[in-house]
Amino acid sequence: MPNVSHFERLPMRAGEQVTVFVEGQALKVDSYDTAAAAVLIAGLVPSRTTPTSGSPRAPYCLMGVCFECLLDIDGVANQQGCMVKVRDGMQIRRQAGARDIHEPRQETAT
Amino acid sequence: MTETATQGARIADVCLIGGGLVGMAIALGLQRNGLHVAVLDEGDVALRASRGNFGLVWVQGKGDTLPEYADITRLSARLWPTFAASLQDSTGVDVQLQQRGGLYLCLTEQELDARARMLGKMHEAAGGDYPYETLDLKQVREKIPEIGDTVAGATWCPEDGHVNPLLLLRAMTERFKAQGGIIDNTGRVETIEPHPEGFRIHAGGDWDCARVVLCAGLGNRELAPQVGLSAPLSPNRGQVLVGERVRPFLDYPTGHVRQTGEGTVQIGDSKEDVGFDSGTTTEVMAKIAHRAIRLFPLLRDVKLVRAWGALRVMTPDGYPIYQASTSCPGAYLVTCHSGVTLAAFHEGPLADWIASDRYDPSLEVFHAERFTL
Ligand SMILES: Cc1cc2nc3c(=O)[nH]c(=O)nc-3n(C[C@H](O)[C@H](O)[C@H](O)COP(=O)(O)OP(=O)(O)OC[C@H]3O[C@@H](n4cnc5c(N)ncnc54)[C@H](O)[C@@H]3O)c2cc1C
Ligand code: FES
Repeated sequence: MPNVSHFERLPMRAGEQVTVFVEGQALKVDSYDTAAAAVLIAGLVPSRTTPTSGSPRAPYCLMGVCFECLLDIDGVANQQGCMVKVRDGMQIRRQAGARDIHEPRQETAT
Repeated sequence: MTETATQGARIADVCLIGGGLVGMAIALGLQRNGLHVAVLDEGDVALRASRGNFGLVWVQGKGDTLPEYADITRLSARLWPTFAASLQDSTGVDVQLQQRGGLYLCLTEQELDARARMLGKMHEAAGGDYPYETLDLKQVREKIPEIGDTVAGATWCPEDGHVNPLLLLRAMTERFKAQGGIIDNTGRVETIEPHPEGFRIHAGGDWDCARVVLCAGLGNRELAPQVGLSAPLSPNRGQVLVGERVRPFLDYPTGHVRQTGEGTVQIGDSKEDVGFDSGTTTEVMAKIAHRAIRLFPLLRDVKLVRAWGALRVMTPDGYPIYQASTSCPGAYLVTCHSGVTLAAFHEGPLADWIASDRYDPSLEVFHAERFTL
């Protein structure tokens, strides 16, 4: 099964560029982009695994409905990446399984 | 569960009205006794506690004013492991039964004292055979390290547990159908006509049967009088919140918060006298959430993904009605709150009683006459 992201940027409104970090890798994205878009641009697929069976997932509906885009954003897991706009310096990570609420993780500032 | 009965004769040994947790458990027990059973269920518009409950298989405190109720509750808890295993064997569905004990958390000393006193009395009434402990905060923390600092303590009962009630309903329904049971939800049962050979039941289509068992939850109110029984039931609303799935943080169910096998946080539940309104209100949901955060501060920023209201099926004293009609032999009424907890008892001894068609003096305390005497 082909698993190459077909995400392709079409010319739209031009925003400012911001830098986010996807699994620690710096990535320049448009300031209108969402964290899910950043993940797709970076080709970080799968971007999460499910809590029960550990099956791989990636952003899907991009409109807040399917919850497939859950990501760890700035140290907080279970965030719907497609509903979160990028911010300069944002740290985006894959989410493995369910969110851990035991210890709030420190923001890794760069 | 949308099914239509096959055309032609609609005949069964037993017609059972209501396909919720109570009805399906009895239906399986009757099948086990070799009876051909048809379940007549109203469908998705109905008020259905079985789809909105909290999933506890709960022993502590049940039957504080009626020892016979405490007895059947504990009997059901003992029958549950075999029941769950047999459901898994026949359907492949793991209903996620866990019976490692449960805690009722109290926020004030007064609340804790009152519960400890109540359980103390039950312990005495049971001649010492009623396991429970009263725990202070430190002892609670040994079982639940994440407990909040403002919790006064808890009562603990090793016989408490929980289950996934939706999987339970699905497993029972699948097994019932696989064993040749028929579920007809072409319409609400409007009238039951007793005649010398049995009953004719008027729903979407008509059914003929030798016996009829009423397990229609709140719907029993209208049905029972038609076969010489009475079901003085009233709705009591509970609102339940469901949080996102998180890694396991809670090894035991508590009276107000439990974590499911998948990691979902379930938070309950209000007790509201609001008639037949199964909606939700912001005020009550906020109260439920606030209490949960005091009990478990780590839930503070857990997202809620769903909330619902559901109506409990309550008798005036909160205990079940189990009764055979004397004026219309062959008609039975089975209704209760705590239909999750009692499912194993219903599938076992209670269904055997109905199948045997014999008078059982031990069930007399559960007759509805107690409300009029
Ligand atoms: C918020 C809440 C939390 C709860 N928590 C727990 C818990 O933790 N543990 C526990 O043990 N119990 C709990 N309960 C109680 C438990 O859910 C109920 O005791 C149980 O579901 C009752 O099942 P039932 O089949 O009698 O009723 P229902 O689920 O209401 O089913 C009745 C069925 O009858 C059908 N019906 C009604 N009238 C007719 C008619 N005229 N014709 C045809 N069909 C009809 C309806 O379609 C429905 O499917 C809780 C309940 C609520 C509301
Ligand atoms: S991609 Fe579907 S909710 Fe975000």
